[in-house]
Formats: sequence, C-alpha cells, structure tokens
Amino acid sequence: MAYRSSDRIRRATSAVMTSLTALCTLLAVSALLIILFYIAWQGIDSISIRFLTDTPKPVGEGGGIGNAILGSLVLLLVSSAIGLPLGICVGIYLSEVGSGRFAGAVRFIVDTLTGIPSIVTGVFVYAILVVPMKHFSALAGGVALALIMIPIVARTTEEMLKLVPHSLREGALALGAPQWRVTMGVVLPAAAPGIATGAMLAIARVSGETAPLLFTAFGSRFFSTSLNEPIASLTVQIYNYAISAYDEWHAQAWAATLVLMTLVLGINIMVRFVTRKRF
Amino acid sequence: MSVSKRSFQLVACLSVFVFLLIGIACNGGGGGGGSTVSLHGAGATFPNPLYQKWLSEHGKLHPNVRIDYQSIGSGGGVKQLKEQTVDFGASDSPMKDEDLKSAPGEIVHVPTVLGAVVMTYNLAEIKQPLRFSPEVIADVYLGKIKKWNDAKITADNPGVTLPATDITVVYRSDGSGTSAVFTDYLSKVSAEWKEKVGTGTSPRWPIGLGAKGNEGVTGQVKNTPNTIGYTELAYAVQNKLPVSLVKNAAGNFVEPTIDSVTAAAAASAATIPDDLRVSITNAQGAQAYPISSFTYIIVYKDQKDAAKGKVLADFLWWAIHDGESFAKDLQYAPLPAEIVKKAEAKINSITAGGTPLRQS
Amino acid sequence: MSAATHNQFSSWRRVLSPTGNTGDAVYRVLMLSIALLMVGIVVTMVVALATESMPSIRQFGFSFLRGRTWDPIRGEFGALPFVYGTVASSLIALLISVPFSLGIAIFLVEQAPYYIARPIGFLVELLAAIPSVVYGLWGIFVLAPFLREYVQPPLARVLGWTPLFRGQITGFGLLTGGIILAIMVTPIISAVVRDVLTAVPSSQREAALALGATKWEMIRVVLVNGAPGIAGAVILGLGRALGETMAVTMLIGNRPEISASLFDPSYTIASAIANEFTEATGDLYLSALVELGLILFLVTFIVNGIARLLVWNVTRGTGGVGRAA
Repeated sequence: MAYRSSDRIRRATSAVMTSLTALCTLLAVSALLIILFYIAWQGIDSISIRFLTDTPKPVGEGGGIGNAILGSLVLLLVSSAIGLPLGICVGIYLSEVGSGRFAGAVRFIVDTLTGIPSIVTGVFVYAILVVPMKHFSALAGGVALALIMIPIVARTTEEMLKLVPHSLREGALALGAPQWRVTMGVVLPAAAPGIATGAMLAIARVSGETAPLLFTAFGSRFFSTSLNEPIASLTVQIYNYAISAYDEWHAQAWAATLVLMTLVLGINIMVRFVTRKRF
Repeated sequence: MSVSKRSFQLVACLSVFVFLLIGIACNGGGGGGGSTVSLHGAGATFPNPLYQKWLSEHGKLHPNVRIDYQSIGSGGGVKQLKEQTVDFGASDSPMKDEDLKSAPGEIVHVPTVLGAVVMTYNLAEIKQPLRFSPEVIADVYLGKIKKWNDAKITADNPGVTLPATDITVVYRSDGSGTSAVFTDYLSKVSAEWKEKVGTGTSPRWPIGLGAKGNEGVTGQVKNTPNTIGYTELAYAVQNKLPVSLVKNAAGNFVEPTIDSVTAAAAASAATIPDDLRVSITNAQGAQAYPISSFTYIIVYKDQKDAAKGKVLADFLWWAIHDGESFAKDLQYAPLPAEIVKKAEAKINSITAGGTPLRQS
Repeated sequence: MSAATHNQFSSWRRVLSPTGNTGDAVYRVLMLSIALLMVGIVVTMVVALATESMPSIRQFGFSFLRGRTWDPIRGEFGALPFVYGTVASSLIALLISVPFSLGIAIFLVEQAPYYIARPIGFLVELLAAIPSVVYGLWGIFVLAPFLREYVQPPLARVLGWTPLFRGQITGFGLLTGGIILAIMVTPIISAVVRDVLTAVPSSQREAALALGATKWEMIRVVLVNGAPGIAGAVILGLGRALGETMAVTMLIGNRPEISASLFDPSYTIASAIANEFTEATGDLYLSALVELGLILFLVTFIVNGIARLLVWNVTRGTGGVGRAA
C-alpha cells in the first residue's frame, strides 16, 4: 500500500497532539501533587484525634478544629439545601422552559453572577441579613455560600441538559408523558452525572471560600449547630491561623487544609456514587 | 435497577438531608441553656493571639461565660460596633472624631496592650542588627535612598559592609492599623512624608511591593533577598527575622523590646488626654522605642443589656490586671501602671441604664 | 376528558402551559419564578452597588474610569489600574489554562483507559477544593521563589527586549498572579469540558473514524460538536478568575500602577476590595470601593458579551450540533 506524504503529516500531527494532551494531564497532576505534597509535608504532623475533636486553644496549648469541621458541615448543608435546588431549577428553566430573548437575558445575568467576587456577595448578604438581624449567623453564611453556588450549578445544569439527545425527550412525549414528567423523569436523570459534576464543583468552590463567611457566619470558639448564632468554619479557622505569626498555628492551618480537602473528596465520592449511570 | 428502587433511594437521601437540617435549626434555641452569657467581639488582627489567650483563661475562671473574638481588622471592629452586631470592638488606632459622632451611643476606649512596629529586612550576609535613623526610613520608603550601601545607611552602621544591591521596599497592601502607626511615625519625623503621603490605614506608597497582612509582609521579606519591610514585633520574632534598632527622639538607637515599648507608653502617660485616644509614636524618654502604639477595646458607655454589660466590664477589668501577665510570653508589651489606672477609671464609667456596672 | 370540558375550564391553564396540563402549568410557573428570583437578586445587588457608589460617581464622574491615582488619604480615586490588572491577570490565566484544560479533558475522555481516567479526574477536581488562602500561601513560599530563581531570569534573558519581560525580578507580580489564577481555574474548565465531551454521541466519533480520520482529526470533530459547551466552561472559569481574591492578592504585588511588564506588580479590583473594604472609613473612600465593584460587574458583562459573540460566530456555520441519535 502506498502512503501519501499528506497521510504521514496527518498521522504525525495526530501523534504529536495526542502526546501533548497526555503531557498537559501529566503537568496538571504534577502541579496538584506538588501542592498536595507541600500541604501534607507542612501539616501532617499536627493531625491527631485530639486535633479533630477539640476546640481551638491559644498559642502553645494545642487545640483543634473539631468545631470548625462541624461548622463547615452545617454551612455546606444549609448552602446546598438552598443553592442546589435553586441552581438546578434555574438550569432547567434556561434549558427546557425558557425561550427567546428573555431566557437569553436570564442566562446573561446568571453568567455575570459567576464573576462577582465572593467578598461582594458576602457584603451584600451582610447588608440584607446581618444588619437587620443585628447579629451574625450561620444562616447568613449559608445564604452567602448559596448565592455563590447557584450560578455554577445553573450553568452546568443547563449545559448538561442541553446535551441530552432530543430523541429521549421525543420518545417520552410520544408515550404521552406531560412536559414536567419528561424533564423530571427522563432528561434530568439522563443528565444526572453531569449535574453532579456541577454540584461538586460548586460545593468544592464554596467549601474553600473565606471572605464571605467573615462578614456573615463570623466565627466561633465553641461547638454550635444553631442557625441563629455565629458558627466556626474550616476556612475561617485556616485563614486566622495562616495569617498569624506562630509556626504552631501555621502547622494547624496546613493540617486543617488536609482535613478540608478530605472532606470535599468524601462528598465528591458520595455524590458520584449516588448519581452513577447504572447501564 | 428499576425506577421505583432508584427514586426510593433518592427520596431516602433527601429525607436524611431534610431531617439533618431540621435537627440543626431546632438545636438553635436550646443550645445555650441556662445562665450562659454570650458575648461577641471583632476587630484588630494584631492583638488576636493575646485576646484568644485571655478569652480562654477567662473562660476557665467563668465557665458560664462564652466570649468570641474574630479578627477582621481594626476598621471592621469599628464598623461592627457602630452597627451593633458585636458587643465590643477592637482597634489599633483610636476612633476618629467623625466616627465617634456618627455612632449611636457614646463610645469608651480602653487600652489593653502595647505593640511595636519593627523594621525587618533580608540581607543574608549581615549578622548583627542594623541601625536606622528616622530620616533614613522615610527616605527609603519615599524612594530617595535606593541602594543598601547608601552613605546615609552606612553612616549609622559603622563597621558593617552593606551590599551594593537595590532595596526592595515592602508595604502593607491592605488597610491596617500597623500601616496607620507606621505612617503616623513617618509623618512626625519627615515633613516631606507628611506632605507627600500623610497618615492613614491605606496610604499611597510611593514605591515598593504590597503584601497582604503582617504575615504577607514577613513572608515576602523572608523569601525575597534585599527587601525591607515593617511589621509587628511578634511576627518578626516568631519568623526569626532580624529586627533593626531605631533612633528615638532622645537620640538613642533603641531595640524594640517589651520594655522599651512599655517605656514609650509610660513616657506619654502624663500628657494622655481624658478619652485615652493618643498616639505614642516618637515618644520622649531615653529608652522609649519610637514606633510603638496602644491597641484598644471599644465599647458603648451605656450598655443595653445589664447582664452582658456586667460580664463585659468584669472581663475588661480582669484583662488589664490579670490578663497583662500573659502578654510578655506572646511578645506583647503590658500596660504601664499609670495607664492601667486611667483604664480602670474608664471601665468603671461603663453603665447600663445610667447605673455604673462596676462598684469600684 | 372530553374536548368540551377541556376548553371550558382550562383556558387559564392554556395560558400558562401549551399542553394545558396542570402539572405542566405548575412546573413552568415554578421554574419561571425561581429564574425571576435570581434575576431579582442580581438586580438588587446592582441597585445596592449603584446606590452605595453614588457619592463617588457624583464626585468623579467618568474621570473615575480614566484616573490612575488611588490615594485614600487625599481622597483621589481612579479605577484604570484596577481594571487593567483584573483584565490582564484573567487573560493570562485563561491563555495558560484553556489549552491545558482542553488537553486534560481530551486526554481523559478520548485516550485514557477508564481505570486511569476516573482517579485522575478526581484528582484534578480536587484542585478546586483547595482554599484560596492556601493557594496564596503556597504561592508565597513555593511558586514565587521558584519563578524568581528559575523562570523569570531566563525569560528576561531571552525575551527581555520585549516590553513584557522587563523590570525588577521579585517573583511577585502580574505573571505570578496570572499563573496562580490559571492553576485555580483549570479544574473548573477541565471538569465541565470533560462532561461536555462525554456527552457528544459516539456516532459522531464513529462517523469521523469511518471516513478515515486520524485520532486527532476525530477529536477535532468532537471539539466542534461540543464548542458551545466548551465556551460555557471557559466563561465559568473566567468568572472565577475575575472574582478571585485571596490568592491573587497575596501574589500580585498590589500596586495600582499600569505597566507593560509582566514582572511588575499590579492590582485587581477584587484584591482592592478585599484589602481595603473593612478598613475603609469615610464615605467617599467606601463608595469609591463600591464603585470599583460596580465596574467589575460591568467588566464581567462586557467580557461575557464578547465571549458569546465569539461562540455564536464559531458555531453559526456548523448548523445542527450533534443532537441526533
């Protein structure tokens, strides 16, 4: 068989490009491993059962992040309860219900919401919730985080829903299902893994946010689950320790980061498991 | 996997979720219980480690009192106090007249502890601490002195061989009480600085790199050669960075130590105004460190809640007496006796509905 | 239900939903109201921002956008250096991140076997969970010295004749800020692109291969199929880059000055707000900062608009994008 030179060029290009993509992945994974290794190297010595269950103590007395872990979980729960349904509904609207210029305007506005610095969202929630209530609260923190989650979830939900083939919708409609049944029962489950990605990205994003919490959930030295009181969180605690002068607190900050990332990884695995495609 | 089994799983997950949420929300009211008094404070980052120590020690003596302090910056402390979202605030610089006027009630300043702003640098070959005159510091930050081996610097440091490298200036990019104290000092010692830049939490720095927070400045100085920066004493000591001696108003090169800072406060005790709002930079006194400052806790003179107000007043009293013993270990300078007396008077003036909360 | 009764008492339902089904009407109204709620929240935010920045707008007017001085003590404020820093750092971040993210997504979807792709995908997404302040600290202790010792000097030697690579080498500056943003934005873009590429029907791939395409040419077909989704992913990443605060502020040098060199320090809007908001005393200072926030809103608007135009141009020619099958 005769290979023309253009064939050879095409094959060569293909080989080069596919190697490049492998290289990209390698670099990205290396970057992550470098960062992870650094965090672990700095913080692993501080991790102990006491560290995970104790409340913070002054410098020189050890202490732990137990209340911060609880606080972060509470905040994640509240913000997911508000942000995920709202975000998914907006995504459904943009993809299935809305049409024409109004939907386009809504999409545009939601896109703009992604670009707002989290500190501005925090200040906004501060102005509408904290000041009237005259105290900081976990609820305000949850609302601020939800506002950050919603555009991410909405955008990815919309994209994933749009990628579901029309044939699925047409099949369900042909069987006599009303529109809402088609969306909820057929399209949404088909796009579930993709929507889960969006949810996970949003959860990962807000679990790393500090600035909005400083103005809303505030922080605490005690265990608390009350929505009406300030509450500790891993990120604020990490921030407080990281900006201090003391090596002991720095080490605790790095260790707390490890715990935070494990938490998010755990949630990630759980969500993926629940929404996995079974066929 | 049938549809019904899948949706059952989903419903089960969701109900656990909702159940948890309701549990959390309901736990709200019952959480505190009984006679626990909760106080919240916010403000300066500089004294945060010491305040955390105080709150912990005080909590051991009074287990039914829960006090929280969050460091969000001096300005944040002032704002939150004015908005009445916290029970007490903390600020490195005393509140300005306009802020006091616009507050919903009269505010009392209680000085708690002293701090020093130190000049730190990164010159690997230099082993002994450098000495700086005030004009040199001002000129370096104005960009007029550009090299480490400039004649003005070598004049103050006889016998030290300084390299011929460029000075990289580092300043605080975020608004901060530390910057306010530093610029206040520079304005006092350099007319050119006062005219060109002035005093404030966020001045317009003529040259240099901005780092966020004290830890940012120390981090940058530690990791970048030929830098100079200003930071709080605790940060320089903890990070094992060199600390320079600064020439004070009396003409002596003074090392920033706990004693020299307390000396600066003691020297100003005689002239301190009644509301205790004062700047003690460039203080008189032979051994006074010139870049020192008070840090304050600010509270409303008339407390709305008598129970909370009593706890607050008692805590403040404990802080300026027993609390000071914890200061030195954390590199904070305790208040001199004269200032403690004046602070006592301030605490005794805190009332609830007109009646003083503490019977001295 | 007979046609007669259907017409009689479901006319209001007909308005709400074309099918006349109650469930549909409820569903449509619900979705619409939630969408309106979001719009309402954004509008409230913009209105709140605009009201708060009124004093500054009245004082400076349009010269605020042109002004290059930021002096809180003297009361002079100008936004241009911040706009430049924000746009430049985000651009650098995207320039670095988009090719990488695409490469990662392509590799994981098209080339890697399933047992490698899953864990690596997890790892890349994990990058998104690192708190911003930790990125900043890692940047100060690892990235900045690395750039200062090993990357910036060679760049200065080889490309120093361009205005982009001049000036004092400190390891902190626009380049460092852009790089850390790129690292933070990559997991978002690559995760979404992965999902987009996965959703492209295999019939498209098979058709390309059947026509004799090489692997890379087949991938190109898949990319074109997923172009709108990829654009959406990039917009998400861009949003994160524009609004990122902590990590950037610790590495970018925080000097409100416009300079062509990537080695020089710069200042983004989000960093300025984060740095100075809590300490801002005085109404003019505060409202100038809020006006900066408003301008960021505007910048996001404009950049999104341009991105949409680009996507519309690219996908216009391709007609129906792989929805069959």
